[in-house]
Amino acid sequence: MNFYNEMIDANGGVRAHYRGYDDWLKTTPPERIARKRAEADLAFHRVGITFAVYGEESGKERLIPFDIIPRIIPSAEWEAMQAGLRQRVKALNLFLHDIYHDQEILKAGKIPSEQILNNAQYRPVMQGVDVPGGVYAHIAGVDIVRAGAGEFYVLEDNLRVPSGVSYMLEDRKMMMRLFPELFARNKVAPVQHYPDMLLEKLRAVAPTGVSNPTVVVLTPGAYNSAYFEHTFLAQQMGVELVEGRDLFVKDEVVYMRTTQGPQRVDVIYRRIDDDFMDPLVFRADSALGVPGILKAYQAGNVTLANAIGTGVADDKSIYPYVPDMIRFYLGEEPKLNNVPTFMCRKPDDLKYVLAHLSELVVKEVHGAGGYGMLVGPAASKDEIERFRQLLIAKPDGYIAQPTLALSNCPTFVEEGIAPRHLDLRPFVLSSGDCINMVPGGLTRVALTEGSLVVNSSQGGGTKDTWILED
Amino acid sequence: MLSRTADHLFWMSRYIERAESLARLLDVTWQMSLVPQSLEAANQNWNAVIVLNSLEESFAAKYSAVNAENVLRFMVSDTDNDASIHSCLRMARENAHAVRGTVTSEMWVTINSTWLEARSMGFEQIYNSGIGEFFEWVKMRSSLSRGTTLGTLLQDEAFHFIRLGTLLERADNTARILDVKYHVLRPHGDEGATDFYQWGALLRSVSAFEVYRKAYRDVITPERVAELLMLRMDMPRSLHFCLNGVVKNLNLIANRQSDETIRQAGLLHAQLHYARIEDILAAGLHEYLTDFMDRVYALGDGISRNFLVPMSEAA
Repeated sequence: MNFYNEMIDANGGVRAHYRGYDDWLKTTPPERIARKRAEADLAFHRVGITFAVYGEESGKERLIPFDIIPRIIPSAEWEAMQAGLRQRVKALNLFLHDIYHDQEILKAGKIPSEQILNNAQYRPVMQGVDVPGGVYAHIAGVDIVRAGAGEFYVLEDNLRVPSGVSYMLEDRKMMMRLFPELFARNKVAPVQHYPDMLLEKLRAVAPTGVSNPTVVVLTPGAYNSAYFEHTFLAQQMGVELVEGRDLFVKDEVVYMRTTQGPQRVDVIYRRIDDDFMDPLVFRADSALGVPGILKAYQAGNVTLANAIGTGVADDKSIYPYVPDMIRFYLGEEPKLNNVPTFMCRKPDDLKYVLAHLSELVVKEVHGAGGYGMLVGPAASKDEIERFRQLLIAKPDGYIAQPTLALSNCPTFVEEGIAPRHLDLRPFVLSSGDCINMVPGGLTRVALTEGSLVVNSSQGGGTKDTWILED
Repeated sequence: MLSRTADHLFWMSRYIERAESLARLLDVTWQMSLVPQSLEAANQNWNAVIVLNSLEESFAAKYSAVNAENVLRFMVSDTDNDASIHSCLRMARENAHAVRGTVTSEMWVTINSTWLEARSMGFEQIYNSGIGEFFEWVKMRSSLSRGTTLGTLLQDEAFHFIRLGTLLERADNTARILDVKYHVLRPHGDEGATDFYQWGALLRSVSAFEVYRKAYRDVITPERVAELLMLRMDMPRSLHFCLNGVVKNLNLIANRQSDETIRQAGLLHAQLHYARIEDILAAGLHEYLTDFMDRVYALGDGISRNFLVPMSEAA
């Protein structure tokens, strides 16, 4: 397979936007770099920038490995990507509004109705509910990869509770602390205003008539894998970090329990999945949510970000339709590529997939976090057979895509510096017609040689992401 | 502030203070045991540490004999003992973890690294490399937590709950340490010669040896030690000092339900403020301290009901 190297071109030369960094790397003594890398590890441990890993000893926290070679993107490439992201997220929000109102796109036959209405992520309780500004996905984490010829693809749209933005910010802070000289030499676009931007968006979608809204971040609690991020964002925005038990609903209004009595809450940046939000409506066994919160939401007395029911737009079975959504709602051609996708529920597609399992990536339609997927070229015969059985048993539970030649970037590993595959997750913030993002996003890197799975739960690391200003 | 947040802050600071107080108590017991005495007398002192913390049963379930090494192992590193220094530092960290967005990053880093370091120390290592050094370390880490709090945290409600936790815990601990040591040192209340070294160790355990010298400029007598640790308003570990701070911080966080708790704190404070040590000793020090500890417990309970557990949902 032919991989695109982010730093080195086909002739072995350093790409123009990496030259500044490369000079520094060549002239900095290896001992200094080794010392700084150790310093970074220690600092991440002390500060407790960790995440909990499901399936391991409970309460165990692991560091996400941080690599000091940044992922650099020239600003022209970023501008193009940004325009594509704006277009895509705008269309996705219009789609969600449509699905929960008049369903024009279904009437026009662009998407088979049963694909939406029978989808577990479609929430009938949201039908006809108006949300402030018509925004459903206030925070979107769009995963983008670069393939062999240097072109970008959107791998998936995360519209429920995308995480990772705290690592983007902490990675930058760490790079600036370890190597301030790099920032003096390279014009790196700043990202630290993300929490301000987020707070501004959240305040902008407060219920009508609330002029000085109380915003909170709702976390499942200290044992959640992304708890660090929840505390981080609440602290950076200067708002309360609440758990479900801190909130209650009275007369369709949400309050938090404070030392001075109940205090009204207007906007909730929730980091809990739909299923756990309200035991009266969704999973009755959920101890994480707030009984009655959906009624308050439907009454327009509180804003949830993201909205309930966004999963119907980022489901892997809906993903293939996003280019059509862009054409349907915006009358534009998509600026970002979609990966060609086989929908195994279609007999022809299934037939093709079963015959080419060793070349394809197979994903569970509702899967996330790199769990439950098959990477054909890297899989053993047994794994392929296991997936063949799964596909035959439940074809509509899977999609398949060609294995993309994910680009790679030089990365510090045990043996020295070696290329490792990576992706990029920009965080796109929406309120009304206004869509913003900080330059870049979170770069995730697969640290195992040859691995194409970058998820932190699968041993992936992160890199600082630089958008170089001209 | 969220009630749950206040609860975590209150207990975070209580556990830090508790770890420190325990280090102080064990340190003074250790130092007293170095003065020539019978083995029986020495073990009695160690037993007093267990009794003081009401841990007779759980200790007996794991250890056959009361001696220095067993008691130290149980109170320093035993992960099954919720009252050990190890457990206190873990609980302090867990509480801080739950509110790491409310405390400053310096505070969180201090408390987290204290725990990471404590977790990496085995008892053998602590015991063999000099247990006194370990107690110093615990005290220093506690000072560091307090220092970062004073030096970096906005003095809002969060600060007041942290101070309340620290001071209530300290009041209880000073009362305990005085209660147990006073009676070990003067079992019959006689006026015989007092043991300079033993009283000196007690004073040092609450960092009051130099303070005593400065305040009295005279030989060490049990009455003055009691007076210093209970009634001196300017001595940072005295009961009077602690209650002063409790009343002050309680008034700063008062809400609609807290009148009775504030009244009780004020009463307890006033009784220390106008007390005379002769009267307290005449009526019985042990009885006085037992009553004091009960009332400190009741104050903690009141704070919990008024502020920390979710209030009635009727707005």
